[in-house]
Amino acid sequence: MPVSETPAKPKKLSHQQYLDLYYYMRLNREVEDAMTRLFRQNKIVGGLYASLGQEAISVGTAYALERRDWMAPMIRNIGALLVKGVPPRDIFTQHMAKYTSPTKGKDGTSHFGDLDNLHIVSPISMLGDLIPVMTGVAMAGRYLGQKIVAMTWIGDGGSSTGVFHEGLNLAASQKAALVLILENNLWAYSTPVRRQVPIENLADRAKAYGISSYIVDGNDVVAVYTTAKEAVERARAGEGPILIEAKTFRRRGHAQHDPAEYVPKDQRAYWEKRDPIIVYEKFLIDEKLLDGKGKKEIEDKIVALLEKDREFAENSPMPPPETANQGVYCTGPECHDLQPKWERPVDELLPPKSCVDPVWIIEGFGRGVSSAGGNAPIHFGDVPPAVAAEKAAASARAKSLAKSAPPPPAKKAAPKKSAKPAKKGGR
Amino acid sequence: MAPITFLEAIRQAMFEEMAADPRVVLIGEDVGVYGGAFKTSEGLLEKFGWERVIDTPISESAIIGAACGMSYLGLRPIAEMQFIDFIACCFNQLTNFVAKGHYLWNAPAPIVVRGPSGGGVHGGPFHSLNPEMYFLHTPGFKIVYPSTPYDAKGLLKSSIRDNNPVLFFEHKFLYRRIKEEIPSDDYTLPLGKAIVRREGKHLTILSYAAMMHTSLEAADALAKEGIEAEVIDLRTLLPLDEETILASVKKTNKCLVVHEDTKTGGIAGEISAILFEKAFHDLDGPLVRVASLDTPVPYAPTLEEAFLPNAQKVFVAAKDLARF
Repeated sequence: MPVSETPAKPKKLSHQQYLDLYYYMRLNREVEDAMTRLFRQNKIVGGLYASLGQEAISVGTAYALERRDWMAPMIRNIGALLVKGVPPRDIFTQHMAKYTSPTKGKDGTSHFGDLDNLHIVSPISMLGDLIPVMTGVAMAGRYLGQKIVAMTWIGDGGSSTGVFHEGLNLAASQKAALVLILENNLWAYSTPVRRQVPIENLADRAKAYGISSYIVDGNDVVAVYTTAKEAVERARAGEGPILIEAKTFRRRGHAQHDPAEYVPKDQRAYWEKRDPIIVYEKFLIDEKLLDGKGKKEIEDKIVALLEKDREFAENSPMPPPETANQGVYCTGPECHDLQPKWERPVDELLPPKSCVDPVWIIEGFGRGVSSAGGNAPIHFGDVPPAVAAEKAAASARAKSLAKSAPPPPAKKAAPKKSAKPAKKGGR
Repeated sequence: MAPITFLEAIRQAMFEEMAADPRVVLIGEDVGVYGGAFKTSEGLLEKFGWERVIDTPISESAIIGAACGMSYLGLRPIAEMQFIDFIACCFNQLTNFVAKGHYLWNAPAPIVVRGPSGGGVHGGPFHSLNPEMYFLHTPGFKIVYPSTPYDAKGLLKSSIRDNNPVLFFEHKFLYRRIKEEIPSDDYTLPLGKAIVRREGKHLTILSYAAMMHTSLEAADALAKEGIEAEVIDLRTLLPLDEETILASVKKTNKCLVVHEDTKTGGIAGEISAILFEKAFHDLDGPLVRVASLDTPVPYAPTLEEAFLPNAQKVFVAAKDLARF
């Protein structure tokens, strides 16, 4: 009984877009291959977490964002970082704990961010925590009038945390412009998804939050991108958070130390045949979007870039020991002058314009797609049942998307694209 | 101006900061229409609207996470814990993400997490917590625990303007029990500055929050016995004002620490270590601790009274110390 929406039919992308997706997936894989070699040479200080076989998700989703948008990746989303504009050298220096790294050696892996330019929030190891953080980013974006979208990722494993629920529920009740990518790679370390969750599609959880969701083949980069693009546009238009489950497979172990011998051979073989880069390359060649010469040009470009960046990282110094005791606190405006970028009149947020009547019930507040169906045998009692039924019918008729992001307690509920009359046997 | 309560001081600080700076927002449970469980945010929604006074689901981790995310775009959120005991629910979000951000990836999180703390009002084991030491051990926070309406207002304003995450604890026993006249101008008090509440020469009593008043009461009784205690209100626990502490101990040569937090792992232990490191030769007696029992906060009035320090316990301990 699937409740998720079918992704939009892949639209035709521009030739450059097709090539961009290919470039970034290849770059993603080559960066990780280079790091595997560095790891074997003992040049990576800590662990190394691979996204082999999952590149289409990192690249396809991040490619749907605009420059002004915000992202908070997980440790394996190297491809998302590259698409957003992080140079490979930052990824190398981070893993090698160099003083030239974005965190100056204070943290490793893809644990770094950039608030000012690239709008990246650093991952942490406690999965799920970034969902409410990015909800706050989306709320602040709306508050400042910026019309941004916040994207973050979670795995099948991380989706079992309490903060996944708290974050997604807050995002839903606030109608925050959050796009959550649930990368179901079938394994949380050594525990298969079937031992974690008793449902087939993790995207089905969206229904409980009253939000929209999609299920997409995570190894099909065009499908991932098209779906993410649609979700980003809907979130930006004020429809609230959207969950995308991307089905894929983690082809390496949890980290380099883990040979993942617990994975059944036939499962691995099935997914290796569906390698997202090989499948996509074949598509590009069949469609005459890429030829041998074009492929070589891309490969040469990647090799030259990685050679230069790897050398930079290898030749960079380790952080001086005396910096260990620096930087716990912000020391004031000379350290960080924290000024928001207002893109709306500030006086709207100050009295007298900000003054409101403190009423208990706000029509439409937090009312999501699943609860708008009007199929509840017992009603809340805040509006007469007849009115509720009428409203449900009206919202089913409404087809247009919300025009702009309403503040959370908007007077009118945004018409739900997916609010259709309840069907037999399902919503 | 008429004297105001501690509660009113908190409300005024938030109100004035929100009126002066559109970057300041309030997020928490029941803070909007209801005006907060203790009415600390009464009237804020009417004045500043739905976008700036945000009622949330019962989700402390989401409250802290969202406040942190909002701060990344330049806002200055105040996150309210309805009772400070619930800060344990968002411990991970605070200690692993918010506190480490500036050190790790140059991301300051200028948020204030505030809420009613402390015992003495028969709130029982889940509504009486003194949580300061859970967080004092985490580099990256500032921790404020005021004892008077004047301090509460001035310190809360400074906390909101600070670029770091500040944990601001409001002792609920003081909310309506003390009143004070405060200036009408826009004053602030610096974080990390203790104050000498009563001068004395025989011994130093260090305290903060509700126990500061208990210590002053004990000092009055001690004075009648000819013992002049110097009472210092720490006001901020992180950063701790070592300078004021050391100057006083240098003068009195004896030190008693009074806190309502449980004894083991309380701040008295940390202060004791500081005195051993930096004032060993100035000490004429042991550092003495008067603190709550090492138990959960019990509910029955007879048990809670036994659990908490009081002026009599401080008086006895100080008299013993004065004999050295």
